[in-house]
Amino acid sequence: MSMLAVDGLAVSYGNTPVLRGIDVAVEEGEIVGIVGKNGVGKTTLIKAVMGLLEADAGTVRFRGETVTNPDRYRFEGTPIGPLAASVRQSGLAETSAGGVVDKLVGPAPDVPANGRATRGIGYIPQGRDVFPDLSVEENLRMGETINAADDDPLYDVVYDYFPILEERATQDAGTLSGGQQQMLAIGRALVGNPDLLLLDEPSEGIQPSIVQQITADLTRINDELGITILFVEQNLQVIQNLATRCYAIDKGTIVDELGPVDLSSRETLAEYLAV
Amino acid sequence: MDPYQLLNLLFQFLDSFAVIVLAAVGLAIIFGMMGIINLAHGEFILVGAYATVLSYHRIGLPLVVAMLVGVAITTVYGVVLERLIVRHLYDRLLDSMVATWGISLIMIQGVRILWGNSLDGVGTPFGSVSYGPYSYSTYRLVLAGIAVGVLIGLYVLFARTDFGMRARATIQDKETARSMGVDTDRMYLSTFAIGSALAGLTGALYAPTRSVGPEFGQEYVVEAFVTVVVGGASVIVGTSMAGGLLALVKSGATNQWGQFIGLAAMLVTAIVAIRLMPDGITGLLEDWRRARRESE
Repeated sequence: MSMLAVDGLAVSYGNTPVLRGIDVAVEEGEIVGIVGKNGVGKTTLIKAVMGLLEADAGTVRFRGETVTNPDRYRFEGTPIGPLAASVRQSGLAETSAGGVVDKLVGPAPDVPANGRATRGIGYIPQGRDVFPDLSVEENLRMGETINAADDDPLYDVVYDYFPILEERATQDAGTLSGGQQQMLAIGRALVGNPDLLLLDEPSEGIQPSIVQQITADLTRINDELGITILFVEQNLQVIQNLATRCYAIDKGTIVDELGPVDLSSRETLAEYLAV
Repeated sequence: MDPYQLLNLLFQFLDSFAVIVLAAVGLAIIFGMMGIINLAHGEFILVGAYATVLSYHRIGLPLVVAMLVGVAITTVYGVVLERLIVRHLYDRLLDSMVATWGISLIMIQGVRILWGNSLDGVGTPFGSVSYGPYSYSTYRLVLAGIAVGVLIGLYVLFARTDFGMRARATIQDKETARSMGVDTDRMYLSTFAIGSALAGLTGALYAPTRSVGPEFGQEYVVEAFVTVVVGGASVIVGTSMAGGLLALVKSGATNQWGQFIGLAAMLVTAIVAIRLMPDGITGLLEDWRRARRESE
């Protein structure tokens, strides 16, 4: 069983479809990349997996539990008039006196983003999105709940990877440099000891030397803590240094799956990137 | 100015400070933390006052217990309104203003229909304290202490607890807070309930100080909105500093020239403050902090 299984995921903004039936599987301990040019749906995919965007169709399963399943709740509030009695008798749904589907009987509807966090999915958004008016320490404390097993927070581990965060613990996060904010965003997602980290373009807007360091830190986190990583990225070097395999996405669909041989070739990767 | 006059002025300042802070703090929480301009704020105060007076007279509860009932009923009232109406209007500033204005009108007329133009009064407790040729209501001094206590309590709640940290994170970035495990829906409900409870507390505390009728809440709305605008986005710092400034001006002018000039002076101060500090006192402090950071 894959740790994360995305099947036929479709997401749209209003009437504009962005993801058109995405299939992605991530096994425990892997570092998997999603690569593609601007505007092909990478961020939409990662947000939908995190539960920050509603899906139109398809499922997302995390550790075997279905966390996104739009078909399950599509019928709530639907007036079904004369069919109500037979639906109620069948046990498929509870209906109100007016013949409206109140509640679908069966698995719970979508797990919201906060529920996915407490199941152990850590999310590092594009542009870091640290809480600027909270101190570094408070930002880290915000991540304590990203945990499925109620483990003790990993402050020592986070400070070992990113010593600067301990030095700046009382400083407002908004005063950190871009690279330090990225370290804080990773530390915040890491401190609760998650099972899966989702990263949205971790190299964006950060100077190359810091990008190299963060890439090395993420590899260490995967090696030493066994945390599975799914990331979206356009930076060719980051993809080559970090990913064990990749999915290439274009116009909202997965167009290729790239293994170690493909990843070692700049030409193959460049075909899917804006370079 | 003799010492008694000085003491008199100090008491007037404390009285104005208490009215301004207690009137504004519930509104400041709901606006500062949720971005909702609650035009029904006065009627939240009204609910607190009516629930207090009615449970004191009709049920015969002791005043303090009646006040707690007032706070509890206003909290429940706020929670029900949040679930039924306000939650659908987050991030819709104008819609929320129209809806809360409508609630305000319905409440005022509804209260008038149900209980008429005024309720029997509740006597002000504790008597008065005398000093030289003057005397001052002890209860009003107690209110000043409660106002300070409320500010300290809110500071502890929002700056020193996990709930406060999560509330501040939710204000700064709702989406990221959700992805950190925060149930932002419940956080908004809790924040609205706290704002409602504080408005109810104001109504309950001031019910014994004046006659209670359908317009009771409106008496506090001007102070509340002016304080929130002058104070800016930060609930604690903004409300306490704006409350201090406006109370100083109002009590000083009232002491010298009477109540009308006192209120006028407070409003003129507010206009000048908004002209000089468009983002309120909080915005000015934030600018100073930013400038200091950049110079370091």
